[in-house]
Amino acid sequence: MTAATTATPTHASTAIGPVPSGHYSPAGVLRSEWTKLRSVRSTVWSLLALAVGTIGLGALFTAVAANRWSTFSRVEQLAFDPTSRSLRGIFLAQLAIGVLGILVVTNEYSTGMIRSTLAAVPNRPLVLAAKAAVFGVVALMVSEVVTFVAFFVGQALLTSPAPHATLGQAGVLRAVVGSGLYLAVLGLFALGIGSLIRHTAGAISTFVGTLLILPLLVQAFPTSVQNSLDKYLPLSIAQSMITVQGAVQKASHDFAPWTGLVVLAIYAAVLLVAAGILFVRRDA
Amino acid sequence: MIEAQGLTKHYGEVTAVDGLSFEVRPGLVTGFLGPNGSGKSTTMRMVMGLDRPSAGSVTVDGRRYGDLPWPLREVGALLEAKAIHPGRSAYNHLWCLAQTNGIPRTRVDEVLDLVGLQAVARKRVGTFSLGMGQRLGIAAALLGDPGVLLFDEPINGLDPEGIRWVRTLLRGLAAEGRTVFVSSHLMSEMALTADHLVVIGRGHLIADLSVEEFIAQSSRRFVRVRSPQAAALTSVLEQAGGAVTAEPDGALTVTGLDPAAIGEAAAASGTVLHELSPQAASLEEAFMELTHDSVEYRGDVTGGGHFAGNGPAFPGADRGPGAGPDTPATAPDQLSTTPR
Repeated sequence: MTAATTATPTHASTAIGPVPSGHYSPAGVLRSEWTKLRSVRSTVWSLLALAVGTIGLGALFTAVAANRWSTFSRVEQLAFDPTSRSLRGIFLAQLAIGVLGILVVTNEYSTGMIRSTLAAVPNRPLVLAAKAAVFGVVALMVSEVVTFVAFFVGQALLTSPAPHATLGQAGVLRAVVGSGLYLAVLGLFALGIGSLIRHTAGAISTFVGTLLILPLLVQAFPTSVQNSLDKYLPLSIAQSMITVQGAVQKASHDFAPWTGLVVLAIYAAVLLVAAGILFVRRDA
Repeated sequence: MIEAQGLTKHYGEVTAVDGLSFEVRPGLVTGFLGPNGSGKSTTMRMVMGLDRPSAGSVTVDGRRYGDLPWPLREVGALLEAKAIHPGRSAYNHLWCLAQTNGIPRTRVDEVLDLVGLQAVARKRVGTFSLGMGQRLGIAAALLGDPGVLLFDEPINGLDPEGIRWVRTLLRGLAAEGRTVFVSSHLMSEMALTADHLVVIGRGHLIADLSVEEFIAQSSRRFVRVRSPQAAALTSVLEQAGGAVTAEPDGALTVTGLDPAAIGEAAAASGTVLHELSPQAASLEEAFMELTHDSVEYRGDVTGGGHFAGNGPAFPGADRGPGAGPDTPATAPDQLSTTPR
């Protein structure tokens, strides 16, 4: 094929060597996706927003609670959940991780990069899997670090007489670890939406609609129906995950924290599999 | 080697490519010509496995694109100028592609050097001019040192120096034995670059022939003569075996006689010549004539209906009633008067 040993090689192929045996590998595709993710600014900005939102809001909420503790009613004081209060910033972080998950895919379509990607790796399910894997790992690592920092900052700000939580208390470690996991899985859910819709604006609208508008629509149903639908919503799953003193709160209809996370993971998996099937069928 | 057989693509009701069969052979630059919207890009996307053919097949070195073990090392493509994320640096764009096919970092630097982008390798692609983006696309095509190369309109956005650079590059790649497939809507460019032509219009194959054949087939040669004794000269030339047509501006169009024969006939009869110039139909015009019936989007131009897109936009600039479809353009408009 490459009869490229003429005297004046316009392509100067000294470094590339002969075509190796075998086949392009998932490892190479994963490395490529990592290069892509770290080499665009939207990644930095989204993850920075995630960190600042989660840690900053957690600090704000806990500092205000500590400062105003004496003004809390008795009921308020009994229901106070220091863990949940310090992790509440993940409700904002959801948007940051979701937007990043969407952009990882839709950016390739809006820029035409997808054609370069698929020219290099025609195996489309492999491309989608590598994107999801690299994004998922990065999202999980960043989210875990961020939720732990938010927890520790928040507890440090909850000075006596306000109570604070420690990781050793029942359910606290689960809430902190689980919040990071929730964000990562929600990010994959968004990546699935992005892969199905392929347009940034449409995918973000759908994601935000699912997250924020759907709960409002569910309220149009009678309470009995609401209670059976509500728990399937991502926000309810998040609420259940960050809550430690669940008994005192409204959470009785929600899924247990890990059950909720599994439900969210199923959504993400269904979306990603559907996206994979369409990816193979559709023209790029 | 690229082989297409009965390649067809429908988008809903629209048929973009219709039963296209052709071969692109190694060692040659094959020009892929057609008016805008004729299906060139769609065909190239099907070669690359990006669009799925509705019918037919296309293979690269005997394999479907999706079955190539190291795609970038076998096929390099410049599909669109901006199949590139603008927020990424040129270096990272090439590096993330290289990683998928086990191509070393040193090769990334090499191709950046080759296209002259080394100095801006760390700059975000969004800041690049159209021409620089095109060069980066060419660098990506060359990244895997592939034996088959596809270029979709590679000279778009390039300055004259860049165009010459691309021309030299394509010829060099073919000279090394590679298969080079270049789409263009500019016949004049392909005449300089290509060895072979695949011409399509509205998704159909119109011609598959060498550039020499194309030129020989399509350029009708004739001689333009001006004389103050036009009537006398006409009968002289007709007696000498030429066919003479009088043009509205007073010139005579002569076919069947070469300039030497015309000059000698005029001298023998004592007729004065003011102009004696050999003419050829331009390749561009021959190409337009060839694809005339298959142009999808045509601007309505007054008069000479061939010149959609680049013809005179206002009637005053038209070339008079005689400038119909059959009037060949004066290629290199040499004003040669006979020396006597």
